[in-house]
Amino acid sequence: MIRFDYLLKKVLFAIITLSIVVVFNFFLFRILPGDPVKLLFRNPRLTKQVQETIRVQFGLDKPVWINSERLQAGDLAGIFDSQFGAYISNLVQGNLGVSFAQRNSVNKILSERVGRTVLLVFTGEFFAILIGMAVGMVAAWRRGTWADAAALLIGLTTWALPTFFLGIILLVLARGFLPTSGMVEPGLAKEGTLTYWLDVGRHLILPTITLAVGSASAYMLIMRSSVAEVLAEDYILTAKAKGLTTVQILRDHALKNAMLPMITIIALNLSYVVGGAIQVETVFSWPGIGRLVFDSVAKQDYPVLQGAFLLLAVSVILANLITDILYSVLDPRIKAS
Amino acid sequence: MITALKEFLTRPAAIIGTFMLGIVLVAAIFGPSLAPFDPYARIRVDPSDLFAPPDNVHLLGRDDAGKDIWSQLIYGARVSLVVGFAASLVSMGIGTTVGLVAGYYGGRVGNLLMRLVDFLMVVPDLPLMLVIIAVWGRGLFNIILVIGLLGWTYTARLVRSQTLSIKERQYILRARSIGASNQRIILRHILPQVLPLIVAQSVLDISASILAESSLSFLGLGDPNLISWGSMLNFAMDRGAVSRQAWWFLLPPGFAILWVTLSLILIGNSLEETVNPRTRSHHLFDARRMVSLILPVPQPAQPPSSAPQPIQDIK
Amino acid sequence: MTIALEVRHLSIDYVSKRQPLKAVEDVSFEVKQGRSLALVGESGCGKTTTMLALMRLLPREGRIVSGQILCNGVDLLQLSENQMRQYRWQRIGIVFQGAMNALNPVQKVGHQIAEAMVRHEQRSWKDASQRAGELMEIVGIQPERAQQYPHQFSGGMRQRVMIAMALACKPDILIADEPTTALDVMVQAQILEILQSLQKELGLAVIIVTHDLGVVAEVCDEVLVMYGGKTAEYGTVADVFSHPLHPYTRRLLQAFPDIDNLNSTLASIPGHPPALHDLPQGCRFEPRCARKSALCNTVSPSISELRADHFAACHHPEEGNYAN
Repeated sequence: MIRFDYLLKKVLFAIITLSIVVVFNFFLFRILPGDPVKLLFRNPRLTKQVQETIRVQFGLDKPVWINSERLQAGDLAGIFDSQFGAYISNLVQGNLGVSFAQRNSVNKILSERVGRTVLLVFTGEFFAILIGMAVGMVAAWRRGTWADAAALLIGLTTWALPTFFLGIILLVLARGFLPTSGMVEPGLAKEGTLTYWLDVGRHLILPTITLAVGSASAYMLIMRSSVAEVLAEDYILTAKAKGLTTVQILRDHALKNAMLPMITIIALNLSYVVGGAIQVETVFSWPGIGRLVFDSVAKQDYPVLQGAFLLLAVSVILANLITDILYSVLDPRIKAS
Repeated sequence: MITALKEFLTRPAAIIGTFMLGIVLVAAIFGPSLAPFDPYARIRVDPSDLFAPPDNVHLLGRDDAGKDIWSQLIYGARVSLVVGFAASLVSMGIGTTVGLVAGYYGGRVGNLLMRLVDFLMVVPDLPLMLVIIAVWGRGLFNIILVIGLLGWTYTARLVRSQTLSIKERQYILRARSIGASNQRIILRHILPQVLPLIVAQSVLDISASILAESSLSFLGLGDPNLISWGSMLNFAMDRGAVSRQAWWFLLPPGFAILWVTLSLILIGNSLEETVNPRTRSHHLFDARRMVSLILPVPQPAQPPSSAPQPIQDIK
Repeated sequence: MTIALEVRHLSIDYVSKRQPLKAVEDVSFEVKQGRSLALVGESGCGKTTTMLALMRLLPREGRIVSGQILCNGVDLLQLSENQMRQYRWQRIGIVFQGAMNALNPVQKVGHQIAEAMVRHEQRSWKDASQRAGELMEIVGIQPERAQQYPHQFSGGMRQRVMIAMALACKPDILIADEPTTALDVMVQAQILEILQSLQKELGLAVIIVTHDLGVVAEVCDEVLVMYGGKTAEYGTVADVFSHPLHPYTRRLLQAFPDIDNLNSTLASIPGHPPALHDLPQGCRFEPRCARKSALCNTVSPSISELRADHFAACHHPEEGNYAN
């Protein structure tokens, strides 16, 4: 069973990647300009009581990496009685610390917002994948015609277009027709009602288009070359010799073969989509993780920034792992080679 | 090399891209003498100057502080190009070295390097840059370094795969068998072969670096002492240009970014197609032309005969 | 015996930016039901182009400029693309080289065999898959392997799958493109045996495109020798092999080891086949020919029936063996 080996390798890689991100995140936090303890205590919004709790919870009075004192004392388990140890144990318990700017735990702030970003990214990617692959396929099939040239030109231009600027253009154009800020009209309707969700849908239109266009152009360009490569394969000639129609050949023979590289690309592109989401949420004041990142940068709210980065990194790494598994299911050459 | 350049210049996309980039280069080099105003100078403003729309003196109007937008746009070219070129130089250096080492030596080191590449590919770039710049500080040097240090993965993969195929070629094996040192083989035989592709990739890297810089600046993490197109848009959004409907403040910086990135993408794409042409044509073309030259002859009124047709002498 | 396929005066160009290339010029032949024809020649002689033209599968640059391809009296070159599709696989099946990537790597082989039946004969997938299993048995593969993917098959087995696939819609004509290339000798023999038995038992007309004269001698009834896009010689295998009329055929046969006569010398043909963009004005074999005269340099010989059912295009045909 080589397939098991393949999965094991991928899971192992994801675990290692996650560990590096976690250690990096800690490291970055420690090299902040100024002492993190002082930084924390400078925050006037925190009461003495809260400060003390944080101190204990994050072991800020302990050594940074390993506790050599307790190690010398012969206490092997005490080696991790350090800031790093506290960080890891907090992380394992799902505790990301307390915001500098808001009187709230980072966990709470993130969990409140994560669903909104997921909604935005999923709708955006859904349309981007659909449109990008369809246009890319047609462009490849009609290679060298005006349709292909137009698709290529539009694709390259939108690829070169900064996501935030596309957002600004749409914002200027659609002012007055469509909501350009926030997720829902305040006080319009109770959460959970149909009116509420319809309004969310209306607010979702511009951010979704902005986010989708960037991805769609990347998918289109890659699908175009992927399909073109597949269509030059011998088995397409076989399919043609079989007397299949063009539609049948594209659908039954070209699509799946061209899709396989696309799956990897879509997963890798997620890293860019996350960056795009930050820009889109900033332009349209969409109250998700991306906007949170932007606000935290402005307010120098490091715990939130670190927590948000960890969340985004973990999501992208897990999404890549899932894709690798999906790939092994779809590609028979991995399944049973 | 000359023929490659000639072929490159036969492509319309290459010519347009070069022309577009040329304009930005001129603006970046001669900016101070071209710009009608010095955007860094302190000026005395009148309340009516703020967000003033375009007129004969201020071609693209004025910003929230009453400063000339056209001049800022010209000055902004410098930051974009400096960051773009410098960062992609860093990426090119790291990517080429990693790719050559991983491809030529392979083994444990090569494997480890490629895992590092995989790692960087799955870690989201922009959030990572944001976090690092937020912590390190918003200097131009930091921005260049971060973009460069995170942007070399594609170059590394490209160089590695090329190196892998080149190193198996006869003349490399021969050079090795007569005792040429690895360093010599890499520098004298492999690098020159891969270089054209590296250049093409690096041009695309420049545009990616410029996009990254403008995103960082737009999100408020640009160098606070410099005018860049991204930070112009950051100010515009921040100071209410949208509600003021000040399109002259919102659109020009964005189009400037699009202009330079598009020019680089056009050049990079054309370069790539020149040095690495894909000529294989596919099987699903419009097949009507295949028989279009055959004259429609009336169907001969003969049944399929079983007698062998004599092959006639047609000459 | 009825004629399954007849080709008359077929000429094919390749259009390119620089100049049109004459890939095939004035090639004529016929195949009868239950018989087999070999298209023989060195690479670049136009045999593959001719084969692809039979199903109108030329690459984008290919243009069939004149001629007729008659299948049961219908000229395939006069059909619309849609009508032509009905002839593909239902009347003419093709076996591409097994070494090529001719099978879709992400579809099960059973599915690929069944596909044409579903599309052309409106069978259900279940019915078609059942028939696919039967076809696999005919070519000597366990039907259970229908659930496997191409990469799980060896080269010879892939070739068998291709043959089973080509039989799916019961064609009258089976084209095999280099059916034995890149296979080891034992497997070659098995594949040829299958092709021969299909020809005999199902009464198929078989066209084999090959450069291997051994294959021709073993399984074919007629042979068409091509050189530089033109017919050099055409006749029954027995006639052509024992009394070659064209000097090229003769040299080709000499270049081929004769197992019955190990004392004969192997002689390769000096020089190279002509490039399509630089064809000689006269006979295309003239630069390499030992029997050439001044005439050969300027006038291209036309094909003519020099003996009963034995054709050649040569000003100075070899006659030796017939004279005896």
